[in-house]
Amino acid sequence: MIRNLFDFLVFPGFLTAIFVGLLTGGIDRVVTARIQWRKGPPLFQNFIDIIKLSAKEIIIPAGARFTFLLSPFFGLLAVSLAAAIIGRALINPLESFLGDVIVILYLLGIPAIALIIGASSSRNPLASVGASREMKLMLAYELPFIISLITVIVKSKGALHLGSIINYQVNNGANLYSFSGALAFICMLLCAHAKLGFVPFDVAEAEQEIMAGAMIEYSGLALALFKLTKAVLLYLLPLFLIGLFWFTNANLFVFIGKFLVIIVLFVLIKNTNPRLRIDQAIKFFWGPVTICALAGLGLAILGY
Amino acid sequence: MSHKIVVPIGPYHPLQEEPEYFRLYTEGENVVDIDIVLGYVHRGIEKLSESKHFDQVPYLVERICGICSNSHPFAYVNAVEDLAKIEVPERALYIRTIIAELERLHSHLLWIGLAGHFIGYNTVWMWAWRYREPVLDMFEMITGNRQHYAMMKVGGVRRDILETDVPLLKKTLDELAPAADMFKGAVMDDPVIHARLKGIGVLTKEQVIEWCVVGPTARASGVDIDVRRDDPYGVYDKIDWNVIVQKEGDVFAKAVVRILEMYESISIIRQCVDKMPKGEIDANVKDVPAGEGIGHVEAPRGECFHYVRSDGTNRPVRHKIRAPSYVNVASNKVACVGGTISDAAITLAAVDPCYCCTERTAVIDRQTDKKILNGWDLVRLSQEKTQRLKK
Repeated sequence: MIRNLFDFLVFPGFLTAIFVGLLTGGIDRVVTARIQWRKGPPLFQNFIDIIKLSAKEIIIPAGARFTFLLSPFFGLLAVSLAAAIIGRALINPLESFLGDVIVILYLLGIPAIALIIGASSSRNPLASVGASREMKLMLAYELPFIISLITVIVKSKGALHLGSIINYQVNNGANLYSFSGALAFICMLLCAHAKLGFVPFDVAEAEQEIMAGAMIEYSGLALALFKLTKAVLLYLLPLFLIGLFWFTNANLFVFIGKFLVIIVLFVLIKNTNPRLRIDQAIKFFWGPVTICALAGLGLAILGY
Repeated sequence: MSHKIVVPIGPYHPLQEEPEYFRLYTEGENVVDIDIVLGYVHRGIEKLSESKHFDQVPYLVERICGICSNSHPFAYVNAVEDLAKIEVPERALYIRTIIAELERLHSHLLWIGLAGHFIGYNTVWMWAWRYREPVLDMFEMITGNRQHYAMMKVGGVRRDILETDVPLLKKTLDELAPAADMFKGAVMDDPVIHARLKGIGVLTKEQVIEWCVVGPTARASGVDIDVRRDDPYGVYDKIDWNVIVQKEGDVFAKAVVRILEMYESISIIRQCVDKMPKGEIDANVKDVPAGEGIGHVEAPRGECFHYVRSDGTNRPVRHKIRAPSYVNVASNKVACVGGTISDAAITLAAVDPCYCCTERTAVIDRQTDKKILNGWDLVRLSQEKTQRLKK
């Protein structure tokens, strides 16, 4: 019981996830700044932002429903739990554990739903536009995300636990080093990019169009919680990708290297694209990405 | 479904750094109507101008806009020279043309950057503004100021372009051409930019004529108008250059027109520097007779028109200004409707509405509350930088 609580709250769950996520966010900001010929903020700027935000007043718009303040907690709770499950599976793949990839899939869907509920309860027209965009985007990326996940399960001979998938890879080579695995990895990377709300898929909070959209009414600690949710996602999505596709041995340095490679891919995609319109984003995910994911699944069934 | 939501863009909004208010009536994501409210920064410059004497007015009209801060004085001096029938020395005309084209370069680079920012492409924003910086350095070297150059004067220009400035000017232009190539490539070959900008905010040729749209916005819709060619001022009739016209009328065409115009500007400046004769730069005008005159120039955003009437005293009795953004902004009424909110953001910006930024800075030491840098220190630093540039 205490072990589980420690896993959830400290390592590899909540606190570790926040720390690594915020630090990764800082790295992202510095690298982005360098790409754009800027100096950029200090590495720990994201921590400073969170501390400052939590000291600020929370303004609740008139007529907002109680879900307005509740939803940020749900989002953060879900991703922290997912971080604990994924982290534990990565540390000790042999341990039989309660959470399988389907649980993780559901947990990863909750932050977007939390954002939609929170934005809808704020009664702001811009927030409702943002919420509807987030909803459409979620419908768009979940399909190829799930197909890619099934590809991995097929490749790992029907293993549903992240631990068994990792185990399979340790024994038989990483899923990434095959046609189907590579295709599924690319699709899932793009879906993860959209889950993180990075350009070109930051339609839900497009600053220049709808002024932070879904987040517009949030302030103080509530906004900080959403930012923390994003930070935890930035920590656990690369871990999830490595666990599913790219885990060969437990060498810590190799692992950090892989983590950074995925972060660099995110930063590059983010900085070399303009924002897509929401209809274009849906077409992109239901068109080329889903076709790629299906092709990957087909190849996986055929054994490639 | 006829459930309309009003999405406000303005009066203060991350999109428009200037107070303008666009009220978008939307159904879901689609914009069905738009209201445009202007006039938040009405300063009564035409009236103010009547209380200044003829030599003071250029400084005043320069402050209409921080970006076109050469076009307005240029149009004004053209109007006064038309009124008083003044012969301007040839060298002054060349210098005016160089300044006007440098201004077009920096303004178009600024727009490319902002357009990138508006579609969420911040890398383009930062890069465009980085390449704009050498152009501003050129302004600083030639005129002493990065903005508000104060070069135009009734009868000539206020400062000469020194022989020693020419090599650096040419070098900057040589370095700018590859940058323009890069932006051309980044815009014209990027599939995502195509997806975002093509077929968006279309103004047809008829609509352009109906809404009196001017400048690059009109030229992107196949309307071949350019004051520089149609009614030459400065030395545009002695220089070899082309008017860039595109047919499509969408935001992409507007971007293409502006990028291709940068090449023309670079070519015009190069020719001017080579052809520039030696001699006087000022006709030393003593007084302005009674009468009326008009002057117009092709500002980076379109035709900028000034009308001046004099009664023989040293002040204009009437000064009428028609700025390009004011007419262009109205065309959003047709360009935005039918698109989505995302399209509206870039369409509103595609006419390149004028932005102005006039901040003052003071750097303060937190420990001692002592001012390390105040406004005058910044002026001194800037002067030192100008000195360095001149070396």
